This record gives sequence, structure tokens and C-alpha cells, in this order.
Amino acid sequence: MDTSVLDQAGPPETAAPPRSAIPWLNRKLIAGSALIGGVLLLTLLGRLFWNTDLALAASSPLNLPPFWADGGTSAHPLGTENSGRDMLALLIVGGPTTLQIGLVVGVTSMVIGIVFGFAAGYLGGPVDAVIRTLSDTALTIPSLAILIVISSYIREMDVNTMAFVVALFAWAGPTRVIRSQVLSMREQGYVRMARLTALPTSHIMFKEMLPNLLPYLAAAFIGAASGGILAAVGLEALGLGPQRVPTLGMTISNAIQGSAILRGMWWWWALPTGILVLIFIGLFLIAIGLDEVANPRLRRARKGGRR
Amino acid sequence: MRGLTVGYVLHRLWMFVFTIWASATLMFFIPRLAPGDPVSAMVTRMSRQSGRVEGGAQLIAAWRERFGLDDPLPVQYLRYLRSLVTFDFGYSLAQFPTEVGTMIGQAMPWTIGLLAVATFLSFLAGTVIGALMGWAGTPRVVRALLPASLTFTAVPFYILGIFLVYVFVFILGLFPISGGYRSDLTPGFSLEFINSVIQHSTLPALSIILASMGFWALGMRGMMITVAGEDYLTLARAKGLRPSRILFRYEVRNAILPQITALVLGLGGIVGGTVLVEYIFGYPGMGALLYQAINNSDFTVIQGIVFILILTTVTAVLVLDLIYPLLDPRITYERR
Repeated sequence: MDTSVLDQAGPPETAAPPRSAIPWLNRKLIAGSALIGGVLLLTLLGRLFWNTDLALAASSPLNLPPFWADGGTSAHPLGTENSGRDMLALLIVGGPTTLQIGLVVGVTSMVIGIVFGFAAGYLGGPVDAVIRTLSDTALTIPSLAILIVISSYIREMDVNTMAFVVALFAWAGPTRVIRSQVLSMREQGYVRMARLTALPTSHIMFKEMLPNLLPYLAAAFIGAASGGILAAVGLEALGLGPQRVPTLGMTISNAIQGSAILRGMWWWWALPTGILVLIFIGLFLIAIGLDEVANPRLRRARKGGRR
Repeated sequence: MRGLTVGYVLHRLWMFVFTIWASATLMFFIPRLAPGDPVSAMVTRMSRQSGRVEGGAQLIAAWRERFGLDDPLPVQYLRYLRSLVTFDFGYSLAQFPTEVGTMIGQAMPWTIGLLAVATFLSFLAGTVIGALMGWAGTPRVVRALLPASLTFTAVPFYILGIFLVYVFVFILGLFPISGGYRSDLTPGFSLEFINSVIQHSTLPALSIILASMGFWALGMRGMMITVAGEDYLTLARAKGLRPSRILFRYEVRNAILPQITALVLGLGGIVGGTVLVEYIFGYPGMGALLYQAINNSDFTVIQGIVFILILTTVTAVLVLDLIYPLLDPRITYERR
């Protein structure tokens, strides 16, 4: 899902830039996208080949180890946990759900961030003051704490409700980034030129400035998405997530409650955390890669540092 | 004192009050927008846990009465704000005669201690690593090793915590699995007790330090590289200053300041992450208390803890904000 955004943001097809490589073909960016894409592909393909109903409680025998360990069977290749859920099915259902939350949080907070960020940076004045106060407030509050209060009151939480609740606090980061970039871009030659030629404000904002912000927008999107996943899995791990759909965080929560670590049932906690680690590392690599795309100085420092 | 103007201090104080008011208001209204009310939500949860609740309807009516949920919303809101200002959070629902304030008072020192030590150490380690990564004079061997220290950056605190429990408790058996001190010791200033506290808090602290260190390191590295392009460095080198003086007084001194802004912005996330770390390690702080309260649907305790967490974070941010202009005399907040 995330990769499609990056693909759109790819380089224009016109003459190759003079400097050796196209910045978007950054190694970290590609590795990160491949990781996220791989997780998505495997879990989505898994749905075709594996019965996802096995992710429900009491659908399988209890506490089976993976097939290669003593007592494991090929009927449940990655084992089962203490309420009879099949681990493979849990991963297949939970993986895409987690990415879906990231996508919803990312998109929601980007929409808010672009509107607020442009309004604050371009219009300035009282609009800026209000938006800056709001976003600074949202940034300093420990948002997970408030999310805990909110979700402990909401009785039936589904995946999208949770994503929107999380997005309530995720927009501030993108807003801040976009505002500061718009602020510095506003004074650049081509924007002044556009203003002098009396182009409509919306044209200047979206046709002139927005394309130049793409690396920053992509980075802000990834930041919001990974922050959203972080918060959502945290809520799930505390037992505050959706109860009807099995999620990775819920599996971790059950594993901790069932003291899986001390019982040596490593597959119960290590598989869901493993998938999450892959997702977070993927997003992190994308973020660093985008940073280098957006900031040529870092790119040069990296090359210089290596040789 | 150029940086610290009256206007700046007033603005910060206003932001402090506004932030607390805004988060308290969100905590009040958002749950009330959702269908149902806290009391029937609680009864639902109770019946999910224990099958059936005797006389559920009367229970709901009695509790609604007791919490004044039948009063008009503005009255409830004002009463809620008054209780926050006076730190009177009422009684715990699950452990009735205990006051919420007492429970928080017991848990608070643990969390503050863990957070302060862990944040300080990770900030220090991360800044040093970042400075070395961004400095042109770093020996090649060190430079090759540094990125390895950032391995855990991408991983959330609580996931790292689970791995640490597995490796250090289950496999190596080096540390106790949970709690804040050995249960047969009485809390006090004995050597044995302090030793036990340190043993119990090593792993929770380690998971915060390892997971957040990279954040500071990356920020510092970026700033060091930015600073490296400045003209005053060329001048310093041309003057023939000692490399160590250039590094500490010119590069690090200028690169470290934005790190404090990053600390201000990152604090909220660290506090949130600590809640989960405490829950993983059964550490007797606010996070574990919060988890217990969530499980018992103990809404008064949840509200109290979350308000105190917010208050602590926002206060820390205020203090850092007030210190910042003293550290960086270039910045004046007269008119931005």
C-alpha cells in the first residue's frame, strides 16, 4: 500500500538529471519498500492458501509447537496458542490489518496536515497562530495516554474506528513539517514570480509548491503511518483494540497474559512481534531513505563517509 | 538573559495551561460522544468477565446517581474540571475505600525514577553516538561500528522489552522477571533494597534506552552535518584552533541545541511508551497501575493516572522550554 505512494512520487520521465543517480533510487528506500511490500504480499497470498477461520478461538488444538519441533503437526505449521488459534492464520489476518491501520492513519493525517500546514505556512497571521498552538498542543500531550482513556470507554471498537481515533493525534507531525517547508518555500523566486503574475492562490499552492514538497510529504506520511501503527498495536496489546478481529497486538497481549515467554512458547510471542519488527524496520528504512532524497547534504555525507 | 523575555515566558505559561485544559476536555467529551455511558460500559465489561451481573439495572442506576451522570453536561464538566484542579480524583471503583490519589502517590516515584534515568542516559548516549557519526574526524573503525547501535531504533519500546525478557530472563536467567523489588524485602534505604531495585529496573530502563537512543543519534548526526558546512568552522580551522576545541566548542555546541527541542517534542511519546514497558515488566509504576485499572474498568483510576501523566509531561516540556533560550542566546523570542 505504502509503496504505491512512493511510485507515484517517482522521477519525471524527462532527460536524466546530470548528477549520477536519480535520488529516488535510494537503496534504503528500495529495501524498506521491499520489506513492507513483502509482508503485504505474503499475508495477502496467504489468504488464498490458508483457512483464515483458524484465527478464531477454539478452532484448533491448544498449545501446539511449530511443525519442526517435538509434537508439532503440519496441520498447524506455525503452532497454536492457548485458546486454540492457529498462529499462521493469525499472522495472515493480523498483518494486513496492521498495515491497513497505518494506511488509514497516514492518509487521514496527511489530508489534515496538508490543509493545515499550507494554511498556516502560506496565509500566516492569526490562522498560523491558531494552527501552531493546536499542533504544538497535540505534539506535547502523551497521546497514547489519552487514547487509552478514549478506547477504554468505547465498547465495540472496529479497525477503522480505532484508526480514526489514533489519527486524532497523528496529524500534528505532518502539519508541522509541511508548515515549516511552505514557510521557507514561500519566499523562493519561483513562488514570488507566480504571485507577481497574479496566479490564483490555490494554483500556487497545489501546482507550484506541492510537487516540490513531495519528498517531505512522503516522509511525513511514513512518519504518521508508523506512529499510528505504534499507537494502535500498543492499544491492542493493552487489550483495548478491536475484539472481534484477531490482531497482532491482541496476540501479543494474550501471550503476555498467558506467560508465553516463561512457558517457552516462543512461537506465540515471537511470530507477531517478528512481523511487527519487519514492518517497523521497513517503515524506518523508507523514512531514512526519504530523508536523504529530501536533503542532499545527508546524501553527500553518506557517500563521503563510506569511502 | 536576552532570550528569556516576559512575553516568551507568558506565552509558554499560557500554552501550558491551554494544553492541560485541552487534553482534560478531550478526555471528558470524547468518551461521552460515543454511544452508551461509562457506567453501562463498565457493567457490560463486568458481565463479559464473570458471565452475569446480579441486578445490573439497579447497579447502573445507582452508579449513575453516584457519579452524577444524570446532571446536565455543563454541570458535570465544571465538576470534572474542579476535581482536576484540586487533584481530587475520588475513590477507586475496583478497590473501593482506596483513594485514587493514594494509589497514584505510591506508583508515581517508580515511574518518574525510571523515566528520568532512562531518558537521560539514552539522550546522552544517542547524542554522543550521533556526534561521532556526523563528525568528519571520527576514526574509520568507530564509524563502521556506530550504525549497529541504531539497530533497535525502529522497534517500539514494548517489543524490545519482550525480547529482553526472553534473552535475559528466560535464557540467561540474569534478571528477575517482574516487579520493582524482591518481595521479601521491606522498602527503605538499605543497601539490599536499593540493589534489588536496580536489578529490577535494569531491563525496563534498557528497553527504553536502546529503543530511543537512535532517535537522538539521528537528529544529532543530521545537525552535525549541517553545522559542518558553516563558514565559522572554516574560519576556526584557518585560525589553527585545536581540533578538540573546534569539535566541542564549535560543532557540538551548535549541533546540540536543536536536540533539546527534539527532547521537548519526543517526551510525550516516551511517556506513552513507558506505560507499555511497565506493563510488560510488571514494574510497580503508573503504567502497570493503569493496565490493572483498564482490566478492572476502574474509570476513576484511569482518568486520574492519565491526567497526572499529562500534567507531568507538560510540566517537563514547560521547564525545558524555559531553559532553552538561556542555553541558546542566539534565539530571541521577541517577535517570530
